[in-house]
Amino acid sequence: MVENLSSHFPPQNARTHEVWGPSAPAFAFALAAYVRHKNAKTVLWAREAWQTEQINPVGFSSYIDPQNLLIAQAASHVDVLATAEEALRSGRVALVIMELSQPIGLTEGRRLQLAAQEGDAMGLCLLPEGMGSNAAQTRWRCSPVFDETAQHRDSTLQRWEIIKNKSGTLRTWTVRWDAQTRRINVVSEAPQR
Amino acid sequence: MRKRAVSMWFPKLPSDRVLRARAMTTATDDRPFAITHHVKNTDRIYCLNQAAQARGLHRGMGFSDARAYCPDLQSQPADVTADARFLQTLARWSKRYCPWVGLDGVDGLMLNIAGSAHLFGGEDAMLADMRHRLARAGLGGRVAAADTRGAAWALTHYGTSLQTKDITTLPIEALRLDAKSAIALQRLGLRSIADLMVLPRATMARRFGTEVVLRLDQALGAQDESITSLHDAPHYGVRITLPDPIGLQADVMEGTKRLLERLCNKLKAHETGARKLQLTLRRVDQGAQQVELRLAAPMHDAARILPLFARGVDAVEAGFGIDQMRLEATQVERLPNVQMSQSGTTQPDGLDDLITRIGNRIGLDNIQRFLPADSHIPERSFRVAVAAYSAPEGPWVTMTPRPLRLFSPEPITGNTSRPPDRFRWRRMSFTTGRATGPERIAPEWWLPDDNWRSGVRDYWRVETREGRRLWLFYTPQDPHWFVQGEFA
Repeated sequence: MVENLSSHFPPQNARTHEVWGPSAPAFAFALAAYVRHKNAKTVLWAREAWQTEQINPVGFSSYIDPQNLLIAQAASHVDVLATAEEALRSGRVALVIMELSQPIGLTEGRRLQLAAQEGDAMGLCLLPEGMGSNAAQTRWRCSPVFDETAQHRDSTLQRWEIIKNKSGTLRTWTVRWDAQTRRINVVSEAPQR
Repeated sequence: MRKRAVSMWFPKLPSDRVLRARAMTTATDDRPFAITHHVKNTDRIYCLNQAAQARGLHRGMGFSDARAYCPDLQSQPADVTADARFLQTLARWSKRYCPWVGLDGVDGLMLNIAGSAHLFGGEDAMLADMRHRLARAGLGGRVAAADTRGAAWALTHYGTSLQTKDITTLPIEALRLDAKSAIALQRLGLRSIADLMVLPRATMARRFGTEVVLRLDQALGAQDESITSLHDAPHYGVRITLPDPIGLQADVMEGTKRLLERLCNKLKAHETGARKLQLTLRRVDQGAQQVELRLAAPMHDAARILPLFARGVDAVEAGFGIDQMRLEATQVERLPNVQMSQSGTTQPDGLDDLITRIGNRIGLDNIQRFLPADSHIPERSFRVAVAAYSAPEGPWVTMTPRPLRLFSPEPITGNTSRPPDRFRWRRMSFTTGRATGPERIAPEWWLPDDNWRSGVRDYWRVETREGRRLWLFYTPQDPHWFVQGEFA
């Protein structure tokens, strides 16, 4: 298996991407860390206000400094998309993360794509499984993996699969977040049980 | 120019202010009332009305003593800022008599009525009008006119109603002396101003300092004393009236641009920035439409504000046309000029404009940022603040790993103090692979919180064989297990 995550992650800038699965927030924060490393712009996290699950700044401070993150609490699904489009187009933010609960259609997906191109920013949709739009550049499925070796107390072992890619191949990696270097480390595949 | 000063003194300003605001109070003060303030650990009377004075109470008296003397005494705590605001209101009202009005201490006004008395039918008629209006407003004010500010002050504070011109028979204190000099003069037997006037000036200055001589000269007019006039607060509103009605969006934006330029020049001159703007578009049929713009940061840059209006103007229904436009900054904040430097200003990336644009759609209060908070309770270890009204804070410190997501505790089955080997959560079954813990967190007893009624919590980080890494807690005082968060 060829371990070239660096050619796929971080995914292409000025495009929107999609991610689902239980570890999608971890993927989003890892991406935010990479993007922040490249340019010093803010990251915007747009979500629907009624959702009770919330991201914990103390938890994600090992990925990205919460000072650089803004939260937009939109009233509805449409407002989340409108907020994201506005932010992407403005070019004032590096990454817009949308936490969505409904499928997005091709039109909305395409509009986001155009806005991202115009503002040279990256968009990332956090979606429930199976609700993506065809306009997305790449789509990832992220799920946590149980760490058999007990050496890592705060293990972040997870499987990242790229399940849709407009310009490239589909791959699977087992990765781990390194909080010290704020980098994703690829772990060599454990032997099949 | 010859000056003519009028002094207005409101000896009972605080109590008058409260009493006239009370709807049920009759004009005749029949019930004793007092304003109290808290000094040196005790409540003292700060101001009181005529009825209370008649019952033998006085200023500075202990409030508990006063209540013992006068059981039906009503009271209210003092509010110095409200008093100051009330005095400002009175100063604004006094401008009906003359344009030159200044504050005099915390309970008086000083007017320079030179040249405006004839408009009210002479000075006496003017003073009578002042007294009449003040009495009708329920204010016990004393008004007197004199050639100098000092003399007018003396007459209001120490003059009797018969004594309206001559200040020489007034006591020494009427010269606005400090208490030390006044007592020293009285000890020498100098009781009235006339006594002081006959003394040689050189001796007086040597003995009591120049202060006494200065005050005497000011009262008698030998030394000039000016009245500092109050400036009106600047009004941030501009308008434009059009000869022909307009209806095109581009025309309205052009009109807005012209208004904004004028408004921003005014804002810049006062070193303020608009926080909230209101554009009122009056239509030909007398209907009015309003576009409100809330800005994420105080701004006085017309070129930056104008595009932010586009969305609001887009929604305006022009009807038969708009013939008057009015732009007002309804909320302004200080915005001092910033020194330009090579490193640029603090926020060069124009994020504020983006926040404003998004805020106009979803509400400015809904764009938030996280601020650190000093607490071990997971839900309270951060604060959520409105981004437009807060600055980023740091640093963020994490002692132990915390979950990426938090949710309100969801119960799972289990009653042992170790995490259960198997459990079901959100219709999924899990097998515990590794559990790290416990980390005991005690509730903050000084803050009542219903979620923490069940006592201390033992938090465990549970890595399941299925992959999910959950944050579980156990409440030993009420044996139950809950899931509260999920790690990466």
